Amino acid sequence: MDPKTYKFDTLSLHAGYMPSKNAGSRQVPIYQTTSYMFDDVDHAAALFNLERGGHIYSRISNPTVQVLEERVAALEGGTAALATASGMSAIFLTIMTLCNAGDHVVVSSQLYGGTVNLFRLTLPKFGIKATFVKPRDTEGFKKAIQENTKCIYGELVGNPGNELMNLPEISNIAHEAGIPVIIDSTYQTPYLFKPLEHGADFVVHSLTKWMAGHGSSMAGILVEGGKFDFLKTDKFPTMTEPYEGYHGLSFAEEFGPVAFTMKARAEGMRDMGPCLSPQNAWNVLQGIETLSVRMEKHCSNALKMVEYLSSHESVAWVSHASLKDNPDYELAKKLLPKGTGSMIAFGIKGGKEAGAAFIDNVKLASHLANVGDTRTLVIHPASATHSQMDEATLKLANMSHDMIRLSVGIEDIEDIINDFEDGFRAAKKPRLVANK
Amino acid sequence: MKFKVNDKEVFASTGGRPFDKKKPLIIFIHGSGLSHITWVLQTRYFAFHGYSVLAIDLPGHGYSEGPALESIEEQGKWISDVIDAMEMKEASLVGHSQGCLVVLECASQFPEKIKSIGLMGGAGEIPMNPELLDLAEKGDPKAVDLMMDWAHGPAGHFGGHPVPGLHHMNLGGSIVINGSVKNALGVDFRACDNYKNGFEAAKKIKCPAINILGDRDRMCPIKAGKKLAENIKNSEVEIIENCGHMILLEEAGQSLEILKKFIRKNHPA
Repeated sequence: MDPKTYKFDTLSLHAGYMPSKNAGSRQVPIYQTTSYMFDDVDHAAALFNLERGGHIYSRISNPTVQVLEERVAALEGGTAALATASGMSAIFLTIMTLCNAGDHVVVSSQLYGGTVNLFRLTLPKFGIKATFVKPRDTEGFKKAIQENTKCIYGELVGNPGNELMNLPEISNIAHEAGIPVIIDSTYQTPYLFKPLEHGADFVVHSLTKWMAGHGSSMAGILVEGGKFDFLKTDKFPTMTEPYEGYHGLSFAEEFGPVAFTMKARAEGMRDMGPCLSPQNAWNVLQGIETLSVRMEKHCSNALKMVEYLSSHESVAWVSHASLKDNPDYELAKKLLPKGTGSMIAFGIKGGKEAGAAFIDNVKLASHLANVGDTRTLVIHPASATHSQMDEATLKLANMSHDMIRLSVGIEDIEDIINDFEDGFRAAKKPRLVANK
Repeated sequence: MKFKVNDKEVFASTGGRPFDKKKPLIIFIHGSGLSHITWVLQTRYFAFHGYSVLAIDLPGHGYSEGPALESIEEQGKWISDVIDAMEMKEASLVGHSQGCLVVLECASQFPEKIKSIGLMGGAGEIPMNPELLDLAEKGDPKAVDLMMDWAHGPAGHFGGHPVPGLHHMNLGGSIVINGSVKNALGVDFRACDNYKNGFEAAKKIKCPAINILGDRDRMCPIKAGKKLAENIKNSEVEIIENCGHMILLEEAGQSLEILKKFIRKNHPA
């Protein structure tokens, strides 16, 4: 006897939506509206006071966005989700919902450059400080926890160096300290990895990347796991004590396993307003419908590229956890059995100059500041996505100037390799390229 | 809020308003393995509209001290003890699933204390599937997956939670998993399976009753709910279409409207 609940591929297409409640429309409608009619004064008051569910204003929630939220919650195994205008706004909203001025967070040092700067430069302006720890230094995460630490934050596979955090062990450390773990799972998508099943308490995504796949729309999301019990600690008074903004409501008491999402929406979306447009939510939903088939192709192409790059005379090193000599190989086998993802970091012989020549001479691969597109993408992080980081921060993130970040697309693998051959040929003659 | 019943700590949500002895009391009683969280889309409304509300965690559930009570009869008596502990003379009771059995017992044992009863997804008896009962008593999380599957109608399986962003089955499942599958859900399922006094208890009930049923309920089908209603003298039936067993969440708005009308009429604030 087994439950007949829908499986991953079915949820990718159907979760969060019922045509019968939407005029029979098979496709999710785009509710392009700012606001929603109240039945009467009593209904309006009840909605504003969280006495009943429903929509008030599209900054707070929207029916099209709601479908996306429920779909991602279903795919991640979360109790609730809250979509935002971008991945960065999902991170900011999560931290601002959890922390107050005077708090501290422990953060993996290998993150998207924008996230590093958020923790290094922007959050300190709000009185929230961070200690960076190298992703493989599990014991370092434990040592960095202070009395006022409110969470551990990281990317399972760090951007751009591809180093893994040991999430199950780091989660145990966090939970022993009474704090939650937040994982940015953009690189993996729930197809490859569900952080909530390995100890994480909250998941954030830039849906702009693999989840959407098409590279057309910005979007982010926060997903709640429902297991972190705020009432078991006195570290989070804004979750457990009466909140003046809702007539003395205690989010943790009233909403339990969805308390964090409720607070992030009721307070964060109300006060900060990083809402996702219904059009972009709809665009992302189109991508999620094909998530499984795309991720399979991304991963199989990535393995072929790893093999190609590893044996190439112009390549100094390759970082991808599928390689047997990679320090994360065993951990990746355990945590990522369906594939280690389509992000590859490699060093090009000839350093920064050769790297620039390579990037300027590939034609199929797109040189841009994005990852997870269906198309193959390349960038030189030290001069672009991570260029606002100083030398010390680059070193902590284990980033070198010869590093090329490759997001493998789903084109025919022969065409990608042929394109790279052109790039490597040009990289051998950097001066010629420079004089062009 | 936390308070003591029979020297043991009990937790109850008061719907976001302080408990006030001067206001009429409504006690909400959750289903098997669940907690006060399931009632959030009913309790806050009543708490802000003239009532004192207690969405209780039964012993051994949520934040109430254990162990879980092993029979429906004991649980019915315990609700009466809650009324006494709060120094109240009477209350209306609203139950879901197993909570309906508890309401039947309390209202039949202590008719003088109960003003009206609301039964959501109720039946006169709730015999358990033997395999599901066995899994729950062993503490196997598969019991939770099966329960969530059977408890939810189409909206639960596909989506469309009344509160934007919430996921029906993962939320319901996490409430049970965050408690104890073996010591809460397993004990509850056994208590339901053992309970044979529902129809006799129903016949003794004198206060007004409303039975709110989902036409897609696979755990307590409407046929069983109607049979229970026929055994309660002063009883109404409301059927919600396309709704499974988790009426209080799947169709939170409709069930609240029905309850509002019923409780305001029979136990006015």
